[in-house]
Amino acid sequence: MSTTAPVGTGPRPTIVLVGHGMVGQRFLEALAERGLTATHRVVVLCEEPRPAYDRVALTSYFSGKTPEDLSMTDMAFIEKERIELYVGDPAETVDREARRVTAKSGQVFEYDILVLATGSYPFVPPVPNKDAEGCFVYRTIEDLLAIEEYAKTKATTGAVVGGGLLGLEAAGALKGLGLGAHIVEFAPRLMPVQVDDGGGAALLRTIENMGLTVHTGVGTQEIVTDESGAVTGMKLSDGSELATDLVVFSAGVRPRDQLARDCGLTVGERGGITVDEQCRTVNDPHVFAIGECALAADGRVYGLVAPGYEQAETAAATIAADEASFTGADLSTKLKLLGVDVASFGDAHGATEDCLDVVYSDSRAGLYKKLVIGSDGTLLGGILVGDAEAYGTLKAFTGSVPPVSPESLVLPAGAGEPAQLGPSALPDDAIICSCNNVRKGTIRGAVTEHKCTTVPEVKKCTKAGTTCGSCVKVLGQLVNAELEASGVEVDKGLCGCFGQTRQELYEIVLALRITSYQDLLDRYGREGARGGDGCEICKPAVGSIIASLAPTLGASGYVLDGEQASLQDTNDHFLANLQKNGSYSIVPRIPGGEITPEKLIVIGEVARDFGLYTKITGGQRIDMFGARVEQLPMIWARLVDAGFESGHAYGKALRTVKSCVGQTWCRYGVQDSVRMAIDLELRYRGLRSPHKLKSAVSGCQRECAEAQSKDFGVIATANGWNLYVAGNGGATPRHADLLAQDLSDAELIRLIDRFLMFYIRTADRLERTSTWLERIEGGLDHVRDVVVHDSLGICDELEKLMADHVANYRDEWAETINDPEKLSRFVSFVNAPDTPDPLVSFVPERDQIKPDLPLLSIGTRPLEGTATR
Amino acid sequence: MTLAPETTDLKVQLLLDGTGDWFTVCDLALLTPGRGVAALLPDGRQAAIFLDRSGRLYAIDNRDPFTGAAVLSRGLIGSAQGRPFVASPLLKQRFDLESGKCLDDDEVAVTAYEVRSAGVAV
Repeated sequence: MSTTAPVGTGPRPTIVLVGHGMVGQRFLEALAERGLTATHRVVVLCEEPRPAYDRVALTSYFSGKTPEDLSMTDMAFIEKERIELYVGDPAETVDREARRVTAKSGQVFEYDILVLATGSYPFVPPVPNKDAEGCFVYRTIEDLLAIEEYAKTKATTGAVVGGGLLGLEAAGALKGLGLGAHIVEFAPRLMPVQVDDGGGAALLRTIENMGLTVHTGVGTQEIVTDESGAVTGMKLSDGSELATDLVVFSAGVRPRDQLARDCGLTVGERGGITVDEQCRTVNDPHVFAIGECALAADGRVYGLVAPGYEQAETAAATIAADEASFTGADLSTKLKLLGVDVASFGDAHGATEDCLDVVYSDSRAGLYKKLVIGSDGTLLGGILVGDAEAYGTLKAFTGSVPPVSPESLVLPAGAGEPAQLGPSALPDDAIICSCNNVRKGTIRGAVTEHKCTTVPEVKKCTKAGTTCGSCVKVLGQLVNAELEASGVEVDKGLCGCFGQTRQELYEIVLALRITSYQDLLDRYGREGARGGDGCEICKPAVGSIIASLAPTLGASGYVLDGEQASLQDTNDHFLANLQKNGSYSIVPRIPGGEITPEKLIVIGEVARDFGLYTKITGGQRIDMFGARVEQLPMIWARLVDAGFESGHAYGKALRTVKSCVGQTWCRYGVQDSVRMAIDLELRYRGLRSPHKLKSAVSGCQRECAEAQSKDFGVIATANGWNLYVAGNGGATPRHADLLAQDLSDAELIRLIDRFLMFYIRTADRLERTSTWLERIEGGLDHVRDVVVHDSLGICDELEKLMADHVANYRDEWAETINDPEKLSRFVSFVNAPDTPDPLVSFVPERDQIKPDLPLLSIGTRPLEGTATR
Repeated sequence: MTLAPETTDLKVQLLLDGTGDWFTVCDLALLTPGRGVAALLPDGRQAAIFLDRSGRLYAIDNRDPFTGAAVLSRGLIGSAQGRPFVASPLLKQRFDLESGKCLDDDEVAVTAYEVRSAGVAV
């Protein structure tokens, strides 16, 4: 023991983790899973000012994700596992003799096990003026913040040195920031590591079509600066000069192994801390290295996250004295770069002896697909550019002879028989999710042994598909195949009355122009249900389908008309929300949340006169509670008279489009979010859908309207609007996905029209957009293909359906209070219309009313209440 | 329960338990097939009266025993295995319209009334 007292040495052995990136975080999770956080003191030294975040998704910061969104660290986890996390305090020295780490702050930690996960640093070529003002690297959130700041104030053009994966992302980001963007790549093609010349050519065409300028086969010789030392351009190896105000170096990364070098650990010739198959350093059994700083036992430094995760698991297992080894990893990647699918897997460059290529190339469409086949027909690897749909299947077959000819795997649909390779053809040890190393057998086990029946359940059970998501499609096929194989009769029918799904019923109703529920039940219901009264599940569902399509079918869109009235849940039937004591609540529409003082006063007066409880809702509305059924027409007569209309809070329909105050008042706003919210709300009001729809519009990236938690959310940019879809709050929150960027008003509305109608057409009953998007095959990519690229050729029809809805909208409450026959239903008792229901009563609370609930004779549900009745 | 011929003169009548009297509620024409209405009975209790698509009438107590609210008349009716039911609009438990028994909880039932449509001298 030295005289310097180490900080908090306890009786438990100590694990010190140096570096808290993605791999470091995974290591911590692996420790916790193995119970090591209970038996060990765990200390983490993190250099960056924030804990681990999703570096793979770094660029999504520029499409609206906040640093908080990117975070991968659940502080509750850190606390629960009693991990000591020191942020912004890097390790400075390691004394291996004394087994002691000293941090920059001066804190000293004694360790039993030291794990280095220091990652890598961007390589900046040693060209003159490489550190000039306006030169950046692209590695951390801080780098991005600095680039954004400089681009906004001091640059109109930017150049990226390096045309690899990160370089292309950086160039896309510069363009997104409004700069003219150049890519300078020394190799003769883009993404030289992943693709070959053919793939590079397909990629080049697509990238250039996006407005990026690409210079391949040239090196950077010098950064040119003005007298103040700021970048003005760069000299290239072909003698030309490129004018630019900003340079991003993205010329590869190098392992961060200085700490290891300084304490005498062996590093590779080209860097990387040398470790064995257990990820233990070759010099010191107490020290491990994982992730991009490690030189693995197979002599490679892995720059991908999946092998890093595997190393993290290996190190944790070894510490727990379990058997584990890391002997090398698959370098397969599938990514979406600037909207282009790029994938490479296996022996992508055909290094195997006697191998042959099967190539399909269509430069016009930006497509390039190459498979590398061994002399015995084994699939060895391949490259896919422009369409990587088959990646999951192909990768799983790598190393075996596929059951169909390789040509049929790359030919586009329509050219010969498209190959349908079912996942059942895969062997059990085929890796389906390479990020988390989940094999087909494990997924089958999740279904057969753990009784998972849906993809989300399998994801939760196995972790498959939870990192990059590229395998989710194959996952879905596997789950269904397994369910069918295990004899689980998957009855996809809507209910006991209909064997069809909601989507199938929608298609039947639309195609055959069916306007009557009974007609549909008697013709298409299950045998025993025909001629019957249906049930409480299919009646509202079919009522909603008919209402959604009413103008197109030639039916009445008014939900209280004719047979429609008998199909509606009580909320729709009384155009108000039933509350627990049998009274109703009322929500007038306040489009965008904007309201005049006069209208506010009317709401106040109505609530006061009828003794209603009032509350402001989360959707920027005012909800009035405690109305008895016979009061609803009188209340609405006054509201309609003051210019209010139904807010559809009772319907599976558009509820609210909330907004922030936007450009008009806010010093940060860049668009008029209130106007857009009002426009959207008035356009989609009354639209019946499989479930409720919520929306919001934010006037800038600060996102005060919380649009990313909505079914469709809109965020203003300097150039227009970004459209996010399928977000959700509530019990299962989901961040919305970016569907399209920088849209004009008209483009935005057209896309939302299509998106909503496609959702209404294909969703299950009571399926919010968030679960719908997670469920449907192809997920976000498929929805984008359909509504942005019109891959199914149905966009005209979707737009027409929405146009019909918009043209035929009528206010249900205005219509109802002018129809004596409809009004006659709003009575307490058919034989005593004016006698209030004696069971609806109230007691005071905080100067308002609350329901006076009866005591119940059956104890199924605890209810609070004070009444004696 | 009787089939209701198409006539506007018919009244809905409920047999009050204990008394043997038929209590006249309202014109049959006030009922919508597939939906219910609430009726106030002389003893202060409430009945939920339903008309199905084939014209049959049913009546059960209007009070939902799971919540205490008088709302069963506002539920949706349906048929399961040929038997008619209403689903409570609050927590969706289903009640057999002929027996009053809850289909989702064996221990719970509501009163079922005998109901008919009949011509009544004015």
